[in-house]
Parts: sequence; structure tokens; C-alpha cells
Amino acid sequence: MRNEQATQLLFDLSVPGRCGAEYPESDCPEFSSTACIPAEFLSDTPLPLPEVNEPDVIRHFTNLSTLNMSVDTHYYPLGSCTMKYNPKRHERLAAVPGLVDLHPWQAEESLQGMLQIQYEMQQMLGEIAGLPAVSLQPAAGAQGELAALLVASAYFQDKGEHRSKVIFPNSAHGTNPASAALAGFDCIQLGAGKNGFVDLDELKEHLDDQTAVFMITNPNTLGLFEPEIDEISKMLHDVGGLVYIDGANMNAILGIARPGDFGGDMMHYNVHKTFTGPHGAGGPGSGPIAVRDFLADYLPGPVVAHDEESGQYKLQTPPKSIGRVRSFFGNVGILLRGYFYLRTLGGDGLKELSEHAVLNANYLKEKLKHVLPVPNGERCMHEFVASAQHLQKELGVSAMDIAKRLLDYGFHAPTVYFPLVVPEAIMVEPTETESKATLDAFVETIEKIIAEDPELLHTAPHSTPVSRPDDVKAARNPILCWSPVCDV
Amino acid sequence: MDLASLKYAKSHEWVAVDGEIATIGITDFAVKALTDLVYVDLPAVGGQLGVGDNCGEVESVKAVSDLYAPVSGEIVEVNEEISDNLDLLSDDAFGAGWILKIKMSSPGDLDNLLDRTTYEQICQNEDH
Amino acid sequence: MLDTIGVDSIETLFDQIPESLQLKRPLDIPPKLSELELEQVARELAALNVGSSARPCFLGGGVYDHFIPSAVDAIAGRSEYYTAYTPYQAEASQGSLQTFFEFQTLVCQLTGMNVSNASLYEGGTAVSEAVFMAMRCTKRHGRDDELGSVHPEYRQVVETYLGRMDCELVIVPTPGGTVAPAAVEEAIDDKTACVVIQHPNFYGCLEEVEQISAMAHKHGALSIVSFDPISLGILKRPGDLGADIAVGEGQSLGTPMQYGGPFLGILACKQKFVRQMPGRLIGQTTDRNGKRCFVLNLQAREQHIRREKATSNICTNQGLIAIRATVFMSLLGPAGMRQVAELSCSKAHYAAQKLTEQDGIELAFDQPFFKEFTLQCRDGAEVIIERAKTAGFDIGPALRRVSNSESEDRLLVAVTECRSREEIDALANAIASCAVDTIGGEAAESQQEAAACGSSVGAPHDPALRSARSSTRKTT
Repeated sequence: MRNEQATQLLFDLSVPGRCGAEYPESDCPEFSSTACIPAEFLSDTPLPLPEVNEPDVIRHFTNLSTLNMSVDTHYYPLGSCTMKYNPKRHERLAAVPGLVDLHPWQAEESLQGMLQIQYEMQQMLGEIAGLPAVSLQPAAGAQGELAALLVASAYFQDKGEHRSKVIFPNSAHGTNPASAALAGFDCIQLGAGKNGFVDLDELKEHLDDQTAVFMITNPNTLGLFEPEIDEISKMLHDVGGLVYIDGANMNAILGIARPGDFGGDMMHYNVHKTFTGPHGAGGPGSGPIAVRDFLADYLPGPVVAHDEESGQYKLQTPPKSIGRVRSFFGNVGILLRGYFYLRTLGGDGLKELSEHAVLNANYLKEKLKHVLPVPNGERCMHEFVASAQHLQKELGVSAMDIAKRLLDYGFHAPTVYFPLVVPEAIMVEPTETESKATLDAFVETIEKIIAEDPELLHTAPHSTPVSRPDDVKAARNPILCWSPVCDV
Repeated sequence: MDLASLKYAKSHEWVAVDGEIATIGITDFAVKALTDLVYVDLPAVGGQLGVGDNCGEVESVKAVSDLYAPVSGEIVEVNEEISDNLDLLSDDAFGAGWILKIKMSSPGDLDNLLDRTTYEQICQNEDH
Repeated sequence: MLDTIGVDSIETLFDQIPESLQLKRPLDIPPKLSELELEQVARELAALNVGSSARPCFLGGGVYDHFIPSAVDAIAGRSEYYTAYTPYQAEASQGSLQTFFEFQTLVCQLTGMNVSNASLYEGGTAVSEAVFMAMRCTKRHGRDDELGSVHPEYRQVVETYLGRMDCELVIVPTPGGTVAPAAVEEAIDDKTACVVIQHPNFYGCLEEVEQISAMAHKHGALSIVSFDPISLGILKRPGDLGADIAVGEGQSLGTPMQYGGPFLGILACKQKFVRQMPGRLIGQTTDRNGKRCFVLNLQAREQHIRREKATSNICTNQGLIAIRATVFMSLLGPAGMRQVAELSCSKAHYAAQKLTEQDGIELAFDQPFFKEFTLQCRDGAEVIIERAKTAGFDIGPALRRVSNSESEDRLLVAVTECRSREEIDALANAIASCAVDTIGGEAAESQQEAAACGSSVGAPHDPALRSARSSTRKTT
């Protein structure tokens, strides 16, 4: 049933003279480009873009889209990514005139509704974090990390301290060290602690007056709450350092525990994960940061302030701001969806959400552990990391084999081979929006897969639009752009 | 190549000595651990290296491994052929897959390197 | 479910969080809303804003009110695209992967460069990433030159990113609206990693890109060109002008203004720099059966593998906005891109003539421009903005609002294909110094008409639509 004709490369569909967009004649015809702009600036050849009409474009991309798995079409238990259902109301509301058609250079008086939304968003994110000062500017979690590290740097500099070290556990997301390096810090990675937790003795060895920030994901990337987080933050504060909470796993603790209450000084949110900005096949995200009061003056700006007297909302750059981390206000479209989500659920609903996320994860873990043991933790938070190591040893079946075979049964694969501290890791995050029936079906499928002929698994998937790609060939001779000669 | 005649670094480089010239590559163990290699970043000829200095990178699809200089000195030659034919590394790690040659400034550096037996023991431990 | 887990309540599951660290009160967040209530709240808040659907937009400064064909929303609104994650499982993501491969190719065709990544956050961070990339490519980490005519917010982003780095950022002055090549020659030396040129620049003027790039190359530095994608419908491409890295804000390619984001950071470069690129790259390969397919490629550059040595910290990118741009460029093709550029260019030049016919208003710079230009206003920029607003138009920004170092009497004006000759005439009347009282009636009418024409998302003031409507009115 696949339409292979329509999913050829766009460039192969091109027919000279076709066009999918029509524009009127200019009503200022006396001002042609050749009359207005010196010839030296003008191109003398048309752009070498493909030529296709609107029906071709629609059929091409519609057919291509059906080659994807997505949350709306499939169960997508991708660990650490919080692939929950994205409510449709957000799409309609984010597109209403008065929100979607605002230009960032409009006068603030014509933006009062938008600024009110963003102000309330700041307030709500501050409350959920237990860290009152919020900047909505960062475009994604990684940029939030960078922004917060620069905030820390500015704070230390202001105190006359020049601290050089950022420390993180080896289970950290790759963005943590990458952001620290980009911010100009030396990176120190801790070894593997017991049960995947931070080893306090090892941490202590690295703490001194050069320590700027300790970055930690909590719940951590094994889906476990760091039991000694309080002690960790005391140790950091004793040497004058700061604690950064990577908020990737906030879905587990909304309204239950707050980073500010368990010792964090700064954190980022992934609004697109926790508060349902749709993932868009890779983005956009939104990565606001929340910090303690004494760091507020350094936040990237602008932020929204509210003048109680006049009732007006206005943009403000914090007095000692690190500056901008991007142009304009932020990834507003995603912030809007997050705002609508928070207003839909309310305070109680958020707590309920986390309870169900944790319930679903623990249920799934209990049902799966006889075939896929979970090396760390008796219970888990919103996700867990199982290991296929025994299958690898006994049957030669790897985590990747299981992941690929799941695709044949209509389930998206969990995250595999992360975190690196668990061999043959399979990281499962069911989210709160899946039913017991779906979780049960997933368990049955995994059981079935493990009983299958290993050879069938090595060569899986068998029913997807393509089979396993040759990554080595791709990397050795990269073809990153179509050209008439690069066709296979 | 008589593997017992070579010197080894813990970071999986091997060294063959011919007079004041040290030829350096990465061991078969390292090549296997990295799986399918896709790219090698070679250093510039003429550069000066101290022991432990970064002198290139070997990349597979899902991993990157730094090359560290096991001896100090000046880079006098690099093996341009492996850039175009990475199979040389996997097929003949100790021969045609050599990576660079260093004119040693301090041959005493060699004393700090491992012999084959000790190196093999280290690999065995890493494997577990 | 609790029985299966072996606990008697959901609360027990949270025992792993030390009691003292648990929040013992409800969150102070307003109570939940039904969809109906939420819709009412959202529309009430939206009604407090005045967008381009209600007030014709002559605003520029990095964000533009270009027309968005409905096919863009139709494709980007497909669940299979917008609710998919990053295409880590290639077999289940060929739709996204092929689309991004096509995006990369379209960007190369648009810019004349060899290779494009699959998107960065927006135009400002794209400049920053390009600067860091240039430092890696040249192995020079001490000095970057930027022209004073680069968007001030982009410059601020670069300054923030360079925060803790020991690197000198040299701003080359542009008193005449563009840079004098001699000033670049003076600012550049053999430690300079790159020269950043915006073309058309922040003031709307066209720069001598080819000459400046050649100067950068003479000193072993890279040329980074920040471009407006729409301008490339008629202007020479960065790749044709000697750019080593081309960056841009892709909002104009089918994405609404939505108060500043999400937008689209574009970064393309010459082939030899590919391994220093930030962000995701999609590559073509074959599957086990020899069938063409696409994968995330050269991932060893990225943070999840190379960690602190990665070429960037970027992970989440702007995938959905790249999909919008892909559909937009596919629809328009060479002819459509040329038409949009021509229309914007001709209307902008008409507007420049009409506006500068008014007493006390002239062009700030005697330089060629594309769709945006800077006015010098005797009465001050804010006064002109007010007059325009009274007549129902948004114009600007005042340069001073974007950067403190700019003078108070300068004002940007941008004109896209969506604006009509009538709107431009009405705007010109409105900003004349004595116009406020005399044309009150006319302005009010124009505002009313404007509001009537542009209520649908993404189709503000299509001139064709507008004339069709007025003719309908006449016949009935």
C-alpha cells in the first residue's frame, strides 16, 4: 500500500516550470529589483530549487510522514524523553490571532495579554521548582544549562571568586559536560557510585575553592531519587559552590518534591517534555531556568515584570544580567503550550500526573523484571533502566535486537545503551498517559520477543519501511546533501 | 611484526623503535573495542609532542577515542593512507595501519611503557 | 496495579524521597480548567494583544510578516511529524529523516554552500555557533571581528556565549550604514578567527560581502555571512560571495512571528569544515537490502558521544520549524522565491520613496537595500511610530529600542509582499508631521478595512485577497 512514487526524493519529483505557490503582480511595478538594486548584488541565475506543485508537495510529505512512529500513532516509551500525549487544544490555542501573529518589536501596550501569560508562566515555574526567579529565554534544556552556568560564573565573579570546575556524575546527560565546556569550565566526571548513586567520598575529593557547580539530574538517569541529595548540596554549599538540577526528569516529582527544597540552587525545565510541547521530530523545545533569589540579578533577559500600581506588564533586563542567550523573548510557541497545560491541570492535577507516571513505571517494572531485570533500585520513579546483559550472554540477544524487534510489533523502542553505567541498558519511561492495557500489551510483546529465534531478532526489524541502515557506510563517506550524482 | 618487540601504553598505543624514530599505532584490542572505524584525525607533521599529549583521534559510529603520545618528540611523518582506507587499521593494526612517526627527544620515555605480557593483562582486566 | 507492585498506596511509591524533602502542601497554582474554560481564558488574554492580523505590520528588525501558504500548516500539523521524537530509531523515522535530508539540500541550494545541518535554535545562536566553529576550524581562539551592522541582539548573544572565553570581540564601525572595506582591513590581523557580516545588514543595507570575505581569507580567517533567506530570491548567495559559513534566521520561510519563537537557526558551510559543524546531520546510506535510507550521521561530533569535547551542547533543535521551511521552499521553488523577493523589494522601494516624501523624513543611509530600510526622522522615531499606530499601522523598531548606542531619530521599516500600495500610501499620510488631525477619518477607515481583511492565521493581508474582497464589496 506504500506509495513509493510519492516518497522519491523531492528533487526527483521536480518538473521544470512547476510551482506550488502563486503570488499577485506587484502593485508597485515601477520599482523592479533591477531598477532598485545595483546589478553587482543581483543573482543572474534562478535558485536551483526543485520545481513541484502543491498537490505533489502534499502527497510527498503526507506519505513521508506515514513512515514515522509518533506519540499519536504508537506507544513511545522512550526513556528520559517523556513522550506523553500532547493535548490537541494547545495547537488550536497557540495559533489564535493575538498570540500567533505578534511581532517582538510591537509596543508593550499591545502585548499585555502575552506578557501576562509569560509572567504567570514565570510564577508557576518558580513555584513548582521552589526556586523563585525564572528566565524563560533558553530555547532548550541544553541552552538552559549553559545559561545557568554563566549565571553561576557571573555570581562568583561578582563576589571576586574565579572558580574553574564543574562536576557531574558519569550517568549525566552528555549536554551537562558539553554545556560546562562551552561555558569555559573544566569538566570533572565522577566514577560509578554504588547502585548508580553519587559516591559522596569521591565527590568530596573534588570539592574545594575552585568548585563552581555540581550538576545532577534528580531523579537521576536510572530513574531513582538520589537519597543523599540533601547531604550533597550541603557539601557543595560548604565549599561555596552551587548545585544545578538537570530538570529532565521533573515528570516524576511535580508537586511532590521541589529542587529548591532538596538543595538545588538552579535548574532548567524541559517544557517540551514535562509540559507537552510536541517534540516535532527533534524540536523545538523550551528550557527555562529557575534560580534562587540571590542569583536573580544575573539571569538572562529580558524577563517579565509586573507593576502592581499600574497593573501593566513590562519587559525588564535583570541588573547584572549575563545578557541574552538568543534573540527575542524565547520559544514562545512552546511556552504557550506549557502554560495551557499547567492551567488545564492546576496544582492538584500536576501532582496527580506525577503519581500516575510513577505508578505506571513501577507497574511496568514489576511486570517486566522477570524477563528484563533492573539492576538498580527496588522501586523506581517515573522510569527505570533494565538490562539485557543476561540475554546477551545466554542467547546473544542484545538490547538493540529487542529494540528493533519491538518496532515490528508496533511499539516504539525504549532508549537503549543509556545511561552507560548499565550494561545493555533498556530505559523505559511509560508516562502517565498510557493505559494499563497498553502497558500489559507491551509486556506480553517483550515476553514473546525474548522467546523468539535470536536470528529473527538480529535481523529485525522486518516490517518497517526500511531495515537496519548501514551506519558505517554513512559515516565513512558522508552524503549529506542530494546531488544529481549521489543517487544509489 | 613481532608483537613482543613492541612497547605499549595503557591508553592502547603501540610503539616500534628504529633508532631515534618511534612508529606509533593503536593496538588490535583498541581497534576491536571501537568496532567499525569511520574516521581518523591525524596530527600535523612538524608538531612537537610531550608524553601524554593528544595527537589525534580515532572515531567509530558511536564512539571517539583520543590518541596520546607515548613518547615525546617531533612528528616527522603521518600515515595519510589510512584516512582513505580505514580497513588498514582493522586488518593490519601493527603494520600498514601505523598512524604517526615521532623523532624522539627523550628515548628514556620508552622505559615507562609496558611490555606485551603486562599490556595483555591490562586488556584482559578491561574486558571484564 | 498497586497489588502487582506490592504496595498499598501510591504514596508508598514515593517513600524513596526522604520525608523531610517532600512538599507537604498543595502547589500554589490556579485550579484546573476544562477545555471550554481554557479556551475562554486564552481568547480573553489574546484579545489584550494587537497582532498583525488586526494591524498591518511594517515591523522588521529580524522578524518579518511574510505570507505562509496553507500547505505549510497542513503538513506541519500532521501528528506523525509533530509528535515524533528525534529520529534515533532510523527504521521508524524515515519520514523525518528524509524530510531533514531534503531540508539540508534545500538550504544548500538556497545558500550555495555544500552542507547544512538539520537546524539550530534561531538566527542569533546560529551566529554564535558559527563563531565557535570558526575558532575550531582556524585553531584561533583569541579574536573575532563582527561588523557593527550585524543585528545587535545577535551580537549580544555572541558576547554572552563568549562570556568566560579569553577572546576579543572587535566591532567594526559602520557609520555610513555599511562597513567601509578599509575599516575591516584595519580591524583584522593574523590572529582573527572570523569576520561576521550580515547581508542585508541590520539597517537593511547591502554589504560588500565578496570584498570583505576576500580580506578575511587573506589573513587566514573565515567569512561568516548572516543572510535573509527571502533575499536570496534575487540577491547573490553567500556561497557565491566567498562565505565559509552561512547562517540565518529561517522564520521568514513559513513560520509565524509568534512573539519571537520558536524560529529556525540555519547553518551551512563548505564541505571541508563538516566535522566541525554543530548540531545534527542527516546522511544518506543503504539498509540491509541495499535500499536507500537516511540516518543521523557523524554523531561522534555531538554531545551524547563526545561530551565535553562536542562541537556544541545542542541536543533538541528546531525540527518542526525545519519541516515548515522545507515545505515552504518546496512550494515556492525558484519562481516563487524570486516572486516573494521581487514583491518585497518593489514594495519596500515604493515605501521608501513615499515615506521620504514627507517633511522631516529621509533615508538614514544612501545605500542599496532589499526589503528593509532605515529612516532618519526629524521628530524622533517614537513620534513616527505613534503616528503610524494612531492610523492603524505598526512600524519600527526604533533603532534605540534595539540598542542603546543607536540614535533616537532612526527607525527601521520593513515591507513584505503582504503589504499593499494603499497601505503604504496611508502609512505615508499618517506619518507626515501635520497629518494626525487632518487624516483622522481616512486612517480610521483604513484601520477598519485592515481588520476586516486579515483575520485568518498565516494569511495576513494577502493583496490578492484584499482586492478580491473590495471588488466583491463593489458589486454587491
